[in-house]
Amino acid sequence: MELVISIAIGVMASAGVWLVLRPRTFQVLIGLSMLSYAVNLFIFSVGSLFVTREPIVQPGVPADLANYTDPLPQSLVLTAIVIGFATTALFLVVLLALRGLSGGDHVDGQEERP
Amino acid sequence: MTLTDHLIVAPVLLPLATAALMLLLGEGRRGLKAAFNLLSTTAGLAIAIYLLMGVAERDAPAAFGVYLPGNWPVPFGIVLVVDRLSALMAVLTGCVGLASLLFALARWHHAGAYFHVLFQLQLMGLYGAFLTADLFNLFVFFEVLLAASYGLLLHGGGGERVRAGLHYIAINLVASLLFLIGVAVLYGVTGTLNMADIAQKLPAVPASDRGLLHAGAAILAIAFLAKAGLWPLNFWLPQAYAAASAPAAAVFAILTKVGVYAVLRLWTLCFPADAGASAGFGGGVLVWGGIVTLAFGALGMLASQQLARLAGYSVIASSGTLVATIGFAMPALSGGALFYLASSTLAGCAMFLLVELLERSRQVEVGPQQIDDGHHALPAFLDAEPPAGTNLDDNEEALTGRAIPAALAFLGVAFTVCALVTAGLPPLSGFVAKLAMLSALLDVHAPAAWALFALLILSGLCAAIALMRVGVRHFWTAQDRTSPRLRVIETLPIAGLLAATVALMLQGEAVLSYARATAESLQTPDLYINAVMGARPVLRDAGGAP
Repeated sequence: MELVISIAIGVMASAGVWLVLRPRTFQVLIGLSMLSYAVNLFIFSVGSLFVTREPIVQPGVPADLANYTDPLPQSLVLTAIVIGFATTALFLVVLLALRGLSGGDHVDGQEERP
Repeated sequence: MTLTDHLIVAPVLLPLATAALMLLLGEGRRGLKAAFNLLSTTAGLAIAIYLLMGVAERDAPAAFGVYLPGNWPVPFGIVLVVDRLSALMAVLTGCVGLASLLFALARWHHAGAYFHVLFQLQLMGLYGAFLTADLFNLFVFFEVLLAASYGLLLHGGGGERVRAGLHYIAINLVASLLFLIGVAVLYGVTGTLNMADIAQKLPAVPASDRGLLHAGAAILAIAFLAKAGLWPLNFWLPQAYAAASAPAAAVFAILTKVGVYAVLRLWTLCFPADAGASAGFGGGVLVWGGIVTLAFGALGMLASQQLARLAGYSVIASSGTLVATIGFAMPALSGGALFYLASSTLAGCAMFLLVELLERSRQVEVGPQQIDDGHHALPAFLDAEPPAGTNLDDNEEALTGRAIPAALAFLGVAFTVCALVTAGLPPLSGFVAKLAMLSALLDVHAPAAWALFALLILSGLCAAIALMRVGVRHFWTAQDRTSPRLRVIETLPIAGLLAATVALMLQGEAVLSYARATAESLQTPDLYINAVMGARPVLRDAGGAP
């Protein structure tokens, strides 16, 4: 479980970093999305990772992290997803505007001179 | 809970409510929106000043206003705290906001349908970031102010703005992701998001987790320092600020200070001198990073040809000064730095507004011309006939006794005052701030302190040379340039901001003692921790709903 999650975070983060450093705006956008997925998973894993435990304290069971999973990181992820989604959408709009204004999809608005 | 306590949340709620109301008004009704915006911004400034007076008159241990918006017990719910630092930043936000808005009312608010909404949300994010005492809530307010700033940066449109905006958004999105990673690591190590609670639990962090804690704090600091414009995270800044429309750039003058504020708040809170194994963690990075940033900003000012880029580099230089002086963790030095923060924010805002007025006569920026028909404009005396019998030059114009156009005279005086404050030359507030920092630096015997001492003076020289060169080019070498037409509402905010810097100078002793008290309370984080952790929710039976 931990291994799968950490590999997923690592792969998505490295793919995201590589894509963000690319010169095409759409690649940058996908890279930012990948990075935000990696970060969201990372926040999620900061709470305790369980498959079968829900983040609700049951009557009669001691309220510690051995018996239930931490609800706070889940709510943080929810907020981060919403904010990341909105800003990515905004980035998409600016991307399209730049494409319309410059006619290309280079992040600097013009192709590099050879 | 008295009314005064509830006022702590007002700077956040007021812009939010105004923005929501203005959204309901649709795309038209610009006059009504402008009135709402002006009213709300003025009220926000008034509330900020009231909060500042409230904390200033109280003694140091009690100079905190703590507000629990959800009425939850402290480590679990979000907490808003107003202390001397927050109140100072809130007042600066109000001043900058009001000045930018007045300037925008002259013409810029015609350039987009949602300018007023974005502007109010920007103010909400700024006030919230300065008032919150919860790490994740800080992230949310950062995102609010960043989202609004994306919109404001693009306000007015055009290829240059869109290109700069794309870079700005991409960099800030990555910085926000780093912010989230830092918050998550800190939460994983301490199990809390309340800043005071984090600070309280840090000494008890086991040695095995200390590396993780430091990594989390460092990642968080990268996010803040990218916002503050620390070298080498600041190459986006001059381009973005130069591309932004004048009122947006003027608001952005305080955006870099948000990063500085967050570093100052969290670093002094979490890593004070008595924090054991983590005492002063990263102080060297702040000092040397700040020094390099200051040098970068000063060289950039010398190298820039455009006035707007010069203003951007002056913002970088002031960020560098602040971060470097904060890193020494000395109350006397930080006190001077806080005075410098107030002075440089006001001067930076005025500079960005002046840029447009100065560039206007060069017809670089082609705005909506039809509203510039000279109504409410300051008189320009260019067409006046010279009196008979005066000496005439080659172009048959009078050599002596020629009236300086009022608009040009205003621009000249305003630019001179602005340059004096920015370069830190006597007698204005920039000099008072630099003097306070320099005299405090004399007591620190370290190579970094001497480097900063020399660089503060050298950067002043660089700024003076760069600004003088621009001034000569704009005011003296232009022979056949027509005098710019200024509207009174455009000159009003600049005059107000510069009057505020003069007031800072005249009231130097009072402001400096306030800044020193702020710095001292920052160096004793126990006061803050006790104030926040001691707050109790209001009982429903005792006092009604909060």
